[in-house]
Amino acid sequence: MKALLIGEYREGKLLDTTYELLGFADQLGAEAVMLLVGSNDRLPAYGGTLYLADAAKCGEYNPDLHKQLILEAVGKEEPDIVVFMHSSYGWDLAPRVAANLRASQVSEVIGLSGGGFEVGCCNAKMRRTVKPATQRAVLTIQAGAFPVQQPGGAPQVQFLDPCGTGTVEFIGYEPAEAKDVDLTKAEVIVTAGRGVGKRDNVPVIQALAKALGGELGASRPVVDAGWLEHSHQVGTTGQSVSPKLYIACGVSGAIQHLAGMKKSDFIVAINKDRDAPIGEIADVLVVADVLQFVPALTAKL
Amino acid sequence: MKVLVCIKQVPDMESHFKPNGSGTWFSESDLAWRMNEYDEYAVEQAVQVKEKLASEPELTVLSIGPDRIGEALKKAMAMGCDRAVHVQDNDSAAKDPWQIASIIAAYAKAQGFDLIFTGMQSQDRGSAQVGAIVAELLEYACVTTIVGFEFTGGAVTVKRELEGGIKGVARLKPPALFTCQLGLNVPRYPTLPNIMKAKKKEIQTIAVADLLREEPLSATTSFHAPARKGGGVVLEGDVGPMVDQLLAILREKTSVLR
Repeated sequence: MKALLIGEYREGKLLDTTYELLGFADQLGAEAVMLLVGSNDRLPAYGGTLYLADAAKCGEYNPDLHKQLILEAVGKEEPDIVVFMHSSYGWDLAPRVAANLRASQVSEVIGLSGGGFEVGCCNAKMRRTVKPATQRAVLTIQAGAFPVQQPGGAPQVQFLDPCGTGTVEFIGYEPAEAKDVDLTKAEVIVTAGRGVGKRDNVPVIQALAKALGGELGASRPVVDAGWLEHSHQVGTTGQSVSPKLYIACGVSGAIQHLAGMKKSDFIVAINKDRDAPIGEIADVLVVADVLQFVPALTAKL
Repeated sequence: MKVLVCIKQVPDMESHFKPNGSGTWFSESDLAWRMNEYDEYAVEQAVQVKEKLASEPELTVLSIGPDRIGEALKKAMAMGCDRAVHVQDNDSAAKDPWQIASIIAAYAKAQGFDLIFTGMQSQDRGSAQVGAIVAELLEYACVTTIVGFEFTGGAVTVKRELEGGIKGVARLKPPALFTCQLGLNVPRYPTLPNIMKAKKKEIQTIAVADLLREEPLSATTSFHAPARKGGGVVLEGDVGPMVDQLLAILREKTSVLR
């Protein structure tokens, strides 16, 4: 089996997730070749074939052009699978490539199972096993699901020259909002999730954080609803944290949230849904309504 | 000018999911249904475009599924869509993203939409494929995962959400398709007068067989709960005793209680 791995490069840097692609190919026992729209000065540390296009010429985000480059490499290598990270770069490009190849796409693969691929569904509460029905498949893999593999060495570079312009003009990056709350240094974080119900209930969670001498965190829906500022957000698009104690109040546990807090030393989840995915990684799952349980806990501290 | 927004009806994600008879998706019994959360942002953005443009574009909402999805279409019309297309399909859950995208593209091809909005993914299937495939099939410009949208001078400037809170800014011209991320806007609640008005709006029904020409490219062979890793303690029962149990555990296992 041959895998074409699509590396990632942003703001002039090769992203570390590129090595997760190599870990995945290894787990599959696939021969790996790689494609990167990046720079000859920042090559991945691996000894195989690398199709390289210059990001300075192509743009770091130019889906039409990147798609053409990938299709060109597919034509040369005839891979069985084309593998992306399930990231803002990968989930944007993979369906375009798959549709052009009329290939099956399996999104956000978290494991291998009996010739198929294991993926999450229903907000990560359930799993599906998916089997491609086409000879060639396009996959996106979940960040953190497969081991990092950094074999070392220098790739044999084959330069690709992009042609054309594309329909999307990339203007630039907008930096992340300033973080006036530094959650990364907190020993205790108490996080409010959608389960707190409404903005008026956030002080209940804040009171517990204060009683424990900790910081107040927020899950994405709470920030999107405007109940708390983005600087409180824990997860892939917020802050990654690893406190001694993490208490998730009414947080269902979307993958993007778990990725930002699963390294915490001790995790308590309070949730009335016994099946919530946060229970997967919690050391203690308290099955209760946060608005009843949290004030009772705060009162005893 | 014409605008299309594509929506899906999904179960409430707090539901308890059980496999169906074939073990390839969830059983639909005992589920409460609602509009896919990402699609609410797509509908809101489409309605905002309509409200801002003097040309008053016609705004169509499309969904694929059995009779129950009429509720989601009515909600979208109560939010401001002008008309609805119901692609009648009692077996929509068994279709793969390629087939769903092909159905939408088959409908949209003859219509000449200038802008198409979809959610970035569905909450139940979560493939994040359909929007981008529709754009490929129609040969439309496309940006996924938008958290900012501005339409001025015939071009759209969007912000994409990237990892770590960074945003990418891009510009593109219609015809174009956008997949919408949470936080793009604040989806409105339909008001009672608008709910009443929506009841008079047209719902066009099209049989899926009239639009679908494609075989699936993938198959779901199993739908199941994740294996519990175990090790975690589960506390259930009355609040008082649970508080005491939790405090005892925290005193034993952590050093943070003073």
